[in-house]
Formats: sequence, structure tokens, C-alpha cells
Amino acid sequence: MSVTSHEHEVDAATGTATTGHEWDGIRELNTPLPKWWLYIFYATIVWALGYWVVYPAIPLASSFTKGVINYSSRAEVTAEVAQLTSARAPMVAQLAKASFDEIQKDTKLLTFARAQGKAAFGDNCAPCHGAGGGGSKAFPNLADDDWLWGTGTLDDIQTTLTHGIRSTDPQTRQGNMPAFGDGVLKPAEISAVADYVRSLSVLDVDKTADLKLGQKVFAENCAACHGEDARGNHDLGSPNLTDQIWLYGSDKATIVEGITKGRGGMMPNWGERLDAGTIKALAVYVRTLGGAR
Amino acid sequence: MPGQKSMTLGEMGLAVIAALSAVLWIIITAHAWTPEYAFHAGLFAIASVASVFLIVNRYQARPAQLPPQEINGKPNYNFEPVKFSTIAAMFWGIAGFLVGLIIALQLAYPELNLGLPWTSFGRLRPLHTSAVIFAFGGNVLLACSFYVVQRTCHARLAGDLAPWFVVLGYNFFIVIAGTGYLLGITQGKEYAEPEWYSDLWLTIVWVTYFIVFLATVIKRKEPHIYVANWFFLAFILTIAVLHLGNNTTIPVSIFSSKSYIVWSGVQDAMIQWWYGHNAVGFFLTAGFLAIMYYFIPKRAERPVYSYRLSIIHFWALIFMYIWAGPHHLHYTALPDWAQTLGMTFSIMLWMPSWGGMINGLMTLSGAWDKLRTDPVLRMLVVSVAFYGMSTFEGPLMSVKAVNSLSHYTDWTVGHVHSGALGWVGYVSFGAIYCLVPWLWNKPKLYSLKLVNWHFWISTLGIVCYISAMWVAGIMQGLMWRAYTALGFLEYSFLETVEALHPFYIIRAFGGGLFLAGALIMVWNLYKTIVTPAEEIEAGVNPALVPAE
Repeated sequence: MSVTSHEHEVDAATGTATTGHEWDGIRELNTPLPKWWLYIFYATIVWALGYWVVYPAIPLASSFTKGVINYSSRAEVTAEVAQLTSARAPMVAQLAKASFDEIQKDTKLLTFARAQGKAAFGDNCAPCHGAGGGGSKAFPNLADDDWLWGTGTLDDIQTTLTHGIRSTDPQTRQGNMPAFGDGVLKPAEISAVADYVRSLSVLDVDKTADLKLGQKVFAENCAACHGEDARGNHDLGSPNLTDQIWLYGSDKATIVEGITKGRGGMMPNWGERLDAGTIKALAVYVRTLGGAR
Repeated sequence: MPGQKSMTLGEMGLAVIAALSAVLWIIITAHAWTPEYAFHAGLFAIASVASVFLIVNRYQARPAQLPPQEINGKPNYNFEPVKFSTIAAMFWGIAGFLVGLIIALQLAYPELNLGLPWTSFGRLRPLHTSAVIFAFGGNVLLACSFYVVQRTCHARLAGDLAPWFVVLGYNFFIVIAGTGYLLGITQGKEYAEPEWYSDLWLTIVWVTYFIVFLATVIKRKEPHIYVANWFFLAFILTIAVLHLGNNTTIPVSIFSSKSYIVWSGVQDAMIQWWYGHNAVGFFLTAGFLAIMYYFIPKRAERPVYSYRLSIIHFWALIFMYIWAGPHHLHYTALPDWAQTLGMTFSIMLWMPSWGGMINGLMTLSGAWDKLRTDPVLRMLVVSVAFYGMSTFEGPLMSVKAVNSLSHYTDWTVGHVHSGALGWVGYVSFGAIYCLVPWLWNKPKLYSLKLVNWHFWISTLGIVCYISAMWVAGIMQGLMWRAYTALGFLEYSFLETVEALHPFYIIRAFGGGLFLAGALIMVWNLYKTIVTPAEEIEAGVNPALVPAE
């Protein structure tokens, strides 16, 4: 080994020898490895080796070492889910058997159903209907006592939840607001009937509005579903037009848009995705938000 | 043979290849299946034609002799590509930080997505990550590696056109990648979104980069290879391997931007995070440690603390990092044994990472007083402190029990940003503050006072950012796992999102401060470059207030 002239050069500030190399003015001290650093490094290696013995770690040709405690994250999560399921099981079984009347009479069961319903609502319903069921444009408010389909009884809510609205379920709730702009009504007629509908809800209409024509158009085209008195039909999901509750909005442009292009919001048939007990619990929870008429 | 001027083989060859490439890309432009791909193919065609002109013009303007390797016995360093990458780094840095701020605000106020596809979070997020990592970070690495390798090898950069091909080609890749995200071209792999043709182009550029770097190291005048160059080599070589492994795709057609990855299912996930984690390990760690190993001893004017530590921690880091990727896939379909290896290697990685921190910090021995007077050195040293913090937090989060709380939460985002803003950002800023006066032959920076402002504004920004994300992430994790006494989830997902809102605002504020600091830096660098050396030396710059 060749010894260069500055092999033994000692750095004044630290008293440590340099390696004798220099690059662009940079030198290196020959400081030994810090002891604490080295020992912690060794400790992590020892810990890792130990972990490999205890847990699955080494891949083999067609398998892997299972470790001495035979750990499996799949088994762990299965056990956790099983524990939770068994903890809920007695109440879940009771809920499955109980009729809505029985649920409402049994405080403990009612509390359980509401708790399960709240959790299911947050994960499945809240994205459209809002965290508190308050709804938004095109998604009905579930926290009032105005119901589009049925009258808000637990059975009605359960039916809607199970089969959905305009869904793929054969028993889905069905009913469409047609597009009257497709050659059925002229723009002037649509405008007139929109004004008329607004007048039903005691909203201001333009002085030039032809309410006579609106009333005539309404009677000929709308009354079949919305009723002569415009109070809607709970079997067809046709809303009450006199209660000042609007699914899409009460301004004239929105109403004209609805008449012209039609409406037909969709709600999934949750019976396909959720078990019957969860749907029952959801019905109870939704019922506590709004209320029957 | 003076006076005898002729094209070099490189000039001739590259001009011919560029001309052929122009023809190829014009054909692709004409037959492209989508307008987006036609746009990209058009950019390739334009760049190819421009290359032919640039090569020919450069040949006509240059003297018959290529620049000498040495002048009067001293290396004739080639700093022009370094200057280009330095400016490109700051340009992309500002762009990347700005997009980061925009998407931070979008998370707090979703209406800022504006309802347009190209301004939506989904497209801007990869634009942000790629702009800061590959555009800003990549140009910092190009600039620093090409500078450091010349200075520490005492040799001119290898190649004549090749270094230019690397910096221009790399930045062209950035343009293709960035515009691709906005147009919706992606292969859907995080941090590796660009499609097959961009990947192929990057491969060509990157291999050239490797050759230029290695050739410069080989012709060095120093007997030994400096530690910074080990790290640069490890970075360049490993990134090439990672890039090829993770982007192994089969294009649908040469006329389509779409390709299918050959990996599938959990193997694809594993390859993706082998790539993703080592992009952190080799791009954002090894490469920037190389920068630290040059700029801290240089700025502090002190020897590197421990040569032995640098050897041990270098090899330990290289060996350990490559195994750690599976910790991104804890509690997934990835087999348990792979999760175990990912976690245990991450723990073993803790000390090798801290070796770099120790070497960086302890190099200050005997020069600690400089931290009071030199904000550039302070930035470099604080970057190493952030590096130490992140490389402790990383192994901690890789522990499965911790990960079950932290995974998929904003804690991860906070962790990434303490590394990205604190470590990568600050070591880059420190290096560029050193480089600009050196490259443009100025005695010092235009204003150290502005550096000081940059430092404190950005530090406040980072602290806001990462503490908001710690609180948000841990809260989010706890809310997700909270059960009621009856055995149901306590919170819906929506409620956890609502709870994050105030922290998203604080995060955006922190990001805004970081951007403000970087803008101060750009101004300072601009003034350093345009102010005559004598004026800077005389200190005629008036007392400045920031962000005027």
C-alpha cells in the first residue's frame, strides 16, 4: 500500500486523522463508526432475524416458512370479523324475526336497529341523501314528512329500499315524468303550465303569464298523475305540487326543464346488496329521520 | 490538422437519427388514433426537426476543434448543461409547488375542480407529483450530478452533444409527461403514469445519462471515487432498472398511446411498490444524499465526518432499500411472507439512513457557528434534520401495527411531505443557492437576507403542513376504526371527510408559504445572475423586504 504525504494529517478542530484523500478541496475524517449507531443497527438485524423465525418470512419453492406461531393475516381478520359477528348475532337474530311492530315496542331492539341503520345509512345512503338525510337537488330529503313513494310507513320504506326506484329490480317502484318537450307540448304551453304550477305553490308569477292556458294544459296532461288537485300520487311517485317542497328546484327555468325533458331519478335496489336485516334496520333509522304522514 | 472542420460522428449520427425520428413521428401524427396522441406525436416530430437544426447550427457556429479537455493544465469544465438544468429546476419547481397548492385547495374546496376534466384533481395530482419529483428533483439531480462529477473527478464532462442530449431530452420527457396528464393519457401507475412511448424515450435519455456520468468517472484525474459519485451512480443505475421493470408494457399499436402492463394482480402491485418505494430510495434519497455529500462539506469548509460511516451506510442503504417496497401493501392480498420482509427490512434500514444524517450533521463539527451567519448552510443542515426525522418515521410507519392505523390516511401524505419539502426541497435549495454564484461567476448571492426570509417562511410552511397532516391522519385512522358498543362503525366515511376540512385548510396555507419562499428564492437567484459581480461584491443591494 502506498503511503501518501498527507496520510497522517490530523484535523485540528476534531483531533481526528483524515484519510489523506482530497476532492475539490473536500477531505474526509477517518472517524470510527459511532458505537450507538452500530449497536442499534445490529439490534435491528437481530430483531429482524427473530421476527423471521416467529412470522411467515422466507419464500420456498411452492410455499413459504409459516413461522413458529403460525400467523396469518387472513386468519387474523377472519377471527376479528367472526368475533364482531358473534357479538352482534343475538340481536341480529332477534331483528330478523321481529316485525316492525315488535321492533317499535322493544326498546332494546329499537336501539339496536337504529344503531345498525345509522351505520348502514352513513356508508350507503349518505353519499346521495346527505349525512343527516337532508337530501339535495334530485335526491329527496328524508328528514321531513313528505314522501314521494308511499306514506312513510316502515313497510313502504322497506319496499323502496329493497326494490329501489326505477331500478333493475322487476318489482321496482316505477313511474316516469315524461318529456313533454318531445312534440307533446309547445314551448308556450310548457311556459304557461310552469307558471300555473308555480301559482299552485303560491309563488310569484309574471303578470303576463297565461294561467288560464296553464290550467287547461295541466288538466289535460298532468292531472292524470299529479291529480286534479295537484297533490300527487304516492303509488306513482308523482310529487305533490302544492306543498312548496321541490325535488329539483322551484325556479321557473328548472320547472320548464323538468316538463320539457322529463325527470326520472334512480335509486338502487338495495335488496341486491344488503341483507334483509340491514334493510329492516335502515327502514327504522330512516323513519326516525322523517316520520309518517 | 488545424482549419480542417468536419462533423463528428456524434453530430452526424444524431442529426441523421433525429431526421429519421422526425419522419417516423410525422407518420404517427398522421395516423394517430386519438387527437391527444396526435398532439404528442406532433411534439416529438417538432422536437426531432428542431434537433436537426440545432445540431447543424451548432456545428456551423463552433470552431473546428472541439473544446479542449484541459486549459493550462486545469480541467475545462462544461457547465452550460448544468446552468440549463439549474434554471429548469427552478421553473418546474415553481410550477410543481403551485399545482400542489391548487390541489391542496381543491381537497379543501372541491368546487375548485371547476368541473373540467383537465383541471380536475385526478389529472392535476400526478402533474404535481411528477413536476416536483421528476421535473424539479430530476433537474436538480442532473445539475448537481453533472457539476459534482466534474469537480470531484477533476475532469471535463464526457461527450460533446451527449450532456445536452441528456438535459434537453429529459426536459422534453417532462413536457410529454405533464401535458399527457392534463390530456388524460396515463397508464395508471402511481409515479409512473406516462405511457409506453414516453417511457421508451426516457429509457434512451437515461441510458445516455448513465454513460455520460460513468465515462466522466472513468476518465477522472483523482485516484479515488468521491462518495457523492457512488451515490449518484447507485441512483442512476437503480432508477434505470426500476423504470424498465415497472414499465414493461405492450402497446396496443404504434398509433395508440394505450398500452397494457405485462404484470397483473398482486404481482403488478408488488412490482409497482418495488418501483415506488425505490423511487423514494434511489431518486429522492441516494441522489440527494450525493448532493448533501458535496455541498455540506463544501459550504461548511469542513472535512466529511466519517469516511468509514459513508462506506458502511452506503452499502447498507443500497442493499436494504430494495427490499422495503412491500410495506406499502400491508394487509392486502400480498402474501404474509412478503409483508414481513418489507417491514423488517424497513426497520433495518433505519440506521443505514441515519448514517447519512450523522455524516451530514457531524461534518459541521468545528463550524457550528456558521449556522448563525449562513442561512444557506442552515438550509442544508435543516434538510438533513428533516431527512433524519423522515427516515425514523418511515420505519415506524412500516411496522404493521402502526401501519394498520396510518395506511390510507393523510399521515402518509404528511410523512411524504416532511421528506419532500424538508429534505429534498431544502437540500436542493441549499445546493442551488451554492451553485448559482459558482456557475455564473459571482462572488456570492445577491442577498443572504432574502435566503433568511425564504428559510423562515418555508420552515413555517413545512411545520404547518406536516403537523396538520399528522393530526388529520391519526384522527382519520382512529375514526375509521372506532366501533360503537353495539358493534357498529361509529363514523360514516362522510363524517371522517368532514372532520378533515380544517386541517386541509391549514395544509394549503403551509403549502402557500412554501411556494412564497420559493418565489423569493427565484427573485434572489435572478438578481444574482443579472447583477454584475462587482456590484454584488460591493454589497450595493439595498435592504430588501420580502415579497415586494
